[in-house]
Amino acid sequence: MADAPLATLWVYLAASPLLWLSLTLGCYLIALRIYRLGGESPLLNPVALAIGLLIALLILTGTPYQTYFDGAQFVHFLLGPATVSLAIPLYRQRERLRRLALPIVAALLASVLAAAASAVGLGALLGAGPETLISLAPKSVTAPVAMGISEKLGGLPSLTAVLVVSTGILGAVLGTGLFRLLRLRDDAVKGFALGATSHGIGTARAFQVSPVMGAFAGLAMALSAFVTALLLPPLLRWIGLAG
Amino acid sequence: MLEALTLILACQLIGEVSVLFTGLPVPGPVLGMLLLLAWLFARGGVPESVARTADTLLSHLSLLFVPAGVGVLVHWERIRGQWAAIAAALVLGTLVTLAVTALTMTAANRLLGRSGGGERG
Repeated sequence: MADAPLATLWVYLAASPLLWLSLTLGCYLIALRIYRLGGESPLLNPVALAIGLLIALLILTGTPYQTYFDGAQFVHFLLGPATVSLAIPLYRQRERLRRLALPIVAALLASVLAAAASAVGLGALLGAGPETLISLAPKSVTAPVAMGISEKLGGLPSLTAVLVVSTGILGAVLGTGLFRLLRLRDDAVKGFALGATSHGIGTARAFQVSPVMGAFAGLAMALSAFVTALLLPPLLRWIGLAG
Repeated sequence: MLEALTLILACQLIGEVSVLFTGLPVPGPVLGMLLLLAWLFARGGVPESVARTADTLLSHLSLLFVPAGVGVLVHWERIRGQWAAIAAALVLGTLVTLAVTALTMTAANRLLGRSGGGERG
């Protein structure tokens, strides 16, 4: 009977959203600590580490994702207000935006088309089903927007969320190396590419490199969310993927 | 802080409701962002409290993606069944998008003879 109080405690905690909410924040803080101890190497991406830690905890305790999400939804909910908040960095960059309007529009259209075409094209080539393809198509835009698009077109919003996060982590991990390979020097360009490809996670990474890179990443994330939301539905209907 | 949070939530709410009624293809929070942007332009500046609240939300942006990412558990079977297609779309797709975006913007800048204002050695 020695473990009875512990069992009671577990039953109580497992039923309350508090436990998994706290653990989500706790794992993220641990992940940040590891990332900093590792010299902020992009390979130790804090989002990926936190997700790994939480999955390990869920498997070890036999907790279903739904139970986890009942607690973690409070964090997830903040994605909406965070998307609205992007208006502020956008407004702060209005002068640059005006000056670079043409290159930005060109890069934006190129990125939205490249993101959708590469995801759907490669996926279809290697035999992914239509639901998976629709879920892949908006993976370069920020999670709430991508999930909304995926749901509207007949994809699986929760799968899209996973693909969005993976794309974010990959861009954050691979971006700086690729830019070096392409001999890119302009922080505005690098930031814009990171934000357009890897949304919030790419933007978080860009802010670690320089404020200019971060601002342009935020700008690209906001613009590409908007343009993708407008262009992707007709585009997918046009290739006959979405109803 | 409270006023700023209310303003941000109100923008999102109006965005979500407008999408619901008009059937616009844009998700509610994106419309909310445009509303807030229009408000900032109309006002001609960002109030201190709004800036602080927005910066707080955005400074922990990566954390907000964690709950959705853990959802990989639910889709494990589908991902394992189509892993090659999904892995290629993710890794190559990300590299292609990064390169195409950066190179297009560099080419457009060069064509127009201007730099991004963020030159670094």
